[in-house]
Amino acid sequence: MTRFGVIRFPGSCDEVDALLAARRFGEAELLWHRDRDLKGVDAVVVPGGFSYGDYLRVGAIARFSPVMEAVAEFAADGGPVLGICNGFQVLCEAHLLPGALLPNTSLRFIARQVEIEVVNAATPFTRACEEATQLSIPVKHTTGRYYHPHPDSLADQVVFRYAPGQNPNGSLADIAGVANEAGNVVGLMPHPEHAVDPLVGSADGGKLFESMAWVPA
Amino acid sequence: MGTRVIGAGSKHTELGLTDYEYEQICEKLGREPNDVELAVFSLMWSEHCGYKHSKKLLRRLPTEGPHLLLGPGENAGAVDVGDGLAIAFKVESHNHPSAVEPFEGAATGVGGILRDIFAVGARPIAVLDSLRFGELDSARSRYLLDRVVAGIGHYGNSVGVATVGGEIYFESPYEQNCLVNAMCLGIAPHERLTRSAAAGVGNHVVLLGALTGRDGIGGASVLASAELGDGDEAKRPSVQIGDPFEEKKLIECCLELLDRDLLASLQDLGAAGLTSSSSEMASKGQVGIDLDMAEVPLREADMEPFEIMISESQERMLCVVEPQLLDAVFEVCQRWEVRATAIGTVTGGNRLRVFDGDDLVGEMPVDVLVDGCPLYDLEPEKPAGLVYTAPAARIGDADNVLLALLRSPSIASKLWAFEQYDPLVGSRTVRRPAQAEAAVLHLLHDGGHGAVAVSIEGNGRRVACDPYVGAAEAVLECAANLACVGAEPLGLTNCLNFGNPEKPHIAWQLTEAVDGLADACRALNTPVVGGNVSLYNEAPEGPIYPTPVVGMVGKLPDPAVAPINSFPREGLVVVLAGPFAPALAGSEVEKLRGELADGLPAVDLASHAQTLAVIRAATRSGLVVAAHDIAEGGLGVALAEMAIPARVGVRADLRSLENDSTEAGGSIAADSAAPDFPAASAANSRARSAAGPSAASASEALLFGEGAGGFLLACAREDADSLAAICADIPFTRIGETGGNEIVLQLRTASLSLQVEEAAQAYERAVPSSFE
Repeated sequence: MTRFGVIRFPGSCDEVDALLAARRFGEAELLWHRDRDLKGVDAVVVPGGFSYGDYLRVGAIARFSPVMEAVAEFAADGGPVLGICNGFQVLCEAHLLPGALLPNTSLRFIARQVEIEVVNAATPFTRACEEATQLSIPVKHTTGRYYHPHPDSLADQVVFRYAPGQNPNGSLADIAGVANEAGNVVGLMPHPEHAVDPLVGSADGGKLFESMAWVPA
Repeated sequence: MGTRVIGAGSKHTELGLTDYEYEQICEKLGREPNDVELAVFSLMWSEHCGYKHSKKLLRRLPTEGPHLLLGPGENAGAVDVGDGLAIAFKVESHNHPSAVEPFEGAATGVGGILRDIFAVGARPIAVLDSLRFGELDSARSRYLLDRVVAGIGHYGNSVGVATVGGEIYFESPYEQNCLVNAMCLGIAPHERLTRSAAAGVGNHVVLLGALTGRDGIGGASVLASAELGDGDEAKRPSVQIGDPFEEKKLIECCLELLDRDLLASLQDLGAAGLTSSSSEMASKGQVGIDLDMAEVPLREADMEPFEIMISESQERMLCVVEPQLLDAVFEVCQRWEVRATAIGTVTGGNRLRVFDGDDLVGEMPVDVLVDGCPLYDLEPEKPAGLVYTAPAARIGDADNVLLALLRSPSIASKLWAFEQYDPLVGSRTVRRPAQAEAAVLHLLHDGGHGAVAVSIEGNGRRVACDPYVGAAEAVLECAANLACVGAEPLGLTNCLNFGNPEKPHIAWQLTEAVDGLADACRALNTPVVGGNVSLYNEAPEGPIYPTPVVGMVGKLPDPAVAPINSFPREGLVVVLAGPFAPALAGSEVEKLRGELADGLPAVDLASHAQTLAVIRAATRSGLVVAAHDIAEGGLGVALAEMAIPARVGVRADLRSLENDSTEAGGSIAADSAAPDFPAASAANSRARSAAGPSAASASEALLFGEGAGGFLLACAREDADSLAAICADIPFTRIGETGGNEIVLQLRTASLSLQVEEAAQAYERAVPSSFE
């Protein structure tokens, strides 16, 4: 059974949500920001929230935390790493993912259920999805406008796009989530951990955790 | 010492104490207080901390109930929700700080109410906000709304607590003095519920959290206990600054300390900072406390002891720790990077002693500080007429009344605000803001332990029309919202926002409103578990509308069947259930016409209690797919609000209702059969008070009149008979079906129809368009 590790920074808010979501598909435990030991987990989730308060540029402090050194090594060895919202911001700051997240065009926090399209279903995070499937997943952020100087160069690295008319924050080319070149690190602004139960709105986000827990035959 | 703040001359009056109160202090101390003591007394005996004009009145509220675990007097009340779990909750105001500095005022309002909740050992899981501003066409109101919403979002989102609901009204009496009331719910296993009474002579008093600075000095007396007026800009330094990151660490740290059973008691530092927290803890524990100001970690080096005692720096908690557990406490705090400093000890006797190193700089009997404040009897006097001028008329005879109502900011969609809040963090939110009549939250994440529902309400204009009925209606409205999702009330919290209680007509409003609340609580067998009073909400232009805000918590067995409040599809049967007796008095349409009624129709509380039980049975049955209680804007607005979200039209035949439930009670005149019905009714309704109820005003009352007790329920056709059977004991009228792209309301002599899309544009665009 896949063992998920969910990082807890001071100021993380959605780490328990990610833990509960991961436990629907495997085992999961929290990893403390000061520890360099990832405790042998099979996959890492960098969760949402406001790490270290995010009073500086979002994610700028968290990338220097001891645990992120271990995450960088884990990623370099091909381990799957999923960054959600603040986790996406942290992974961009850590240069584990291309591009950057800028303030929403509205300059306001936006919480909204959006449709996103799975553009690349060949990653360890989307392999349980059909290509071009739409997932209903909420966003909630102030700094989620994806930016990259050469978005065309990303090609297959674009994993999720906001469906037409759904882009909530002005992201370039409707990009909602991207992968690194190797494909084992993915970040997205929408919160799949808040879409794992129809009772709370949608179960579509479970596909990401299911993909990560999927051990190919 | 302290001349900068206290100044020369009669210091006590500058600090808000009367000459009589100062004499009382001298008499009870047996001497004149020094500056430290005077500063402490001025806060403890302020309206905000001492409740000197409201304490006697609040005793009229019922505070006992079968589910009660913690009642008034603790940091927050708590009720049993089964399975060994408790829900703690409380509402509190931050009105004056928000009127002076809306972003920080609102943000620290959220921060403060969160601390009340985790001080009793509960993990905060949800925030709701009740906001009042002047009319939205005022630039000041838009500024306040914009910054208050941003401040609430900034704090609540960053601290990781879901904002699941709330309400916003726009009325001119709030133009200068806006209201910002924040409510928080927390969850705890029973055994983690913590009281604030200090205990154990020799135990350490430990200060947790942020550094102490000069922010908020005198906030409780300067801001919260006096009217607003000129020179409020100069009060801006009295508003505290919030740091949600510090609070987030503090929440996790305090809950871990309690889980490990390391604390003897815990108390938040709110208004009046160390002064009130230490004296309250000592008073409840019947002990004394020594505090050493020299030990308090400061943000500014040269603070005087009295400043340290009264600082309202945010994100601080005070706890009592047994000596052998101190190291363990420090270890947990260090892990969470939360500052922890032993600043005092619990003593025998009943003295609050303030030291500056070895120097004793203040010594006061705790009972005098906490319970010695003179309590004043209100001198209520019913005013001869309305004390408020009627609002400016906002619609003309040619206007479409339904569209005007949907566009009216108090009714229009508040999605613009709700989208700026995180409604989901914590993974408990089953019904998000505006999705259902009340927010619904899972108790446990496995879904098998039921859920709680929560609602916050308080229509100040109706309370202005009739303080007793209006306040009772606030309780009924909350209970109606809960019933719509199948929840039974367990308890409520209230915030009484009123003007200057020393004025007889305000005292009358307050007295009547408390009686209305008390009677409604008794009728529903729902205790008040705690709350807050905010008085002196006046500007030079006059007092605010009297605004008792009620927050109610209930439990429901199965959140999966909790109805939403809109039509999900076509082909549903729509019924009107309950003893609905709509009247134009106090209604939104009356406001739009520039009128303000003196008096509201009486409410039969017992029949409402019975109706609520029936509605609850209906919504728990799984047969009801949508439920909406009829409130502002009446039946017409309620139907439109149900049609708009999924753009599902509805045809309602109201002809059978025309004789029995309109305020006119007469027949519809034949000559009002105009095709443009709303305009026709508008023309006639003006004359109603002078010439008696006209046919058109009777129709307008049916369509847009207000009053408690009406519910719109939608169910599948095949379930309609079963639903009727459940509702056999209350009025129940099948009025129509969903379908098409129009809202059609058929009366005997006229009909009203409106495209759903047109209604939606009016309803959804009104608030955001005012910011474009």
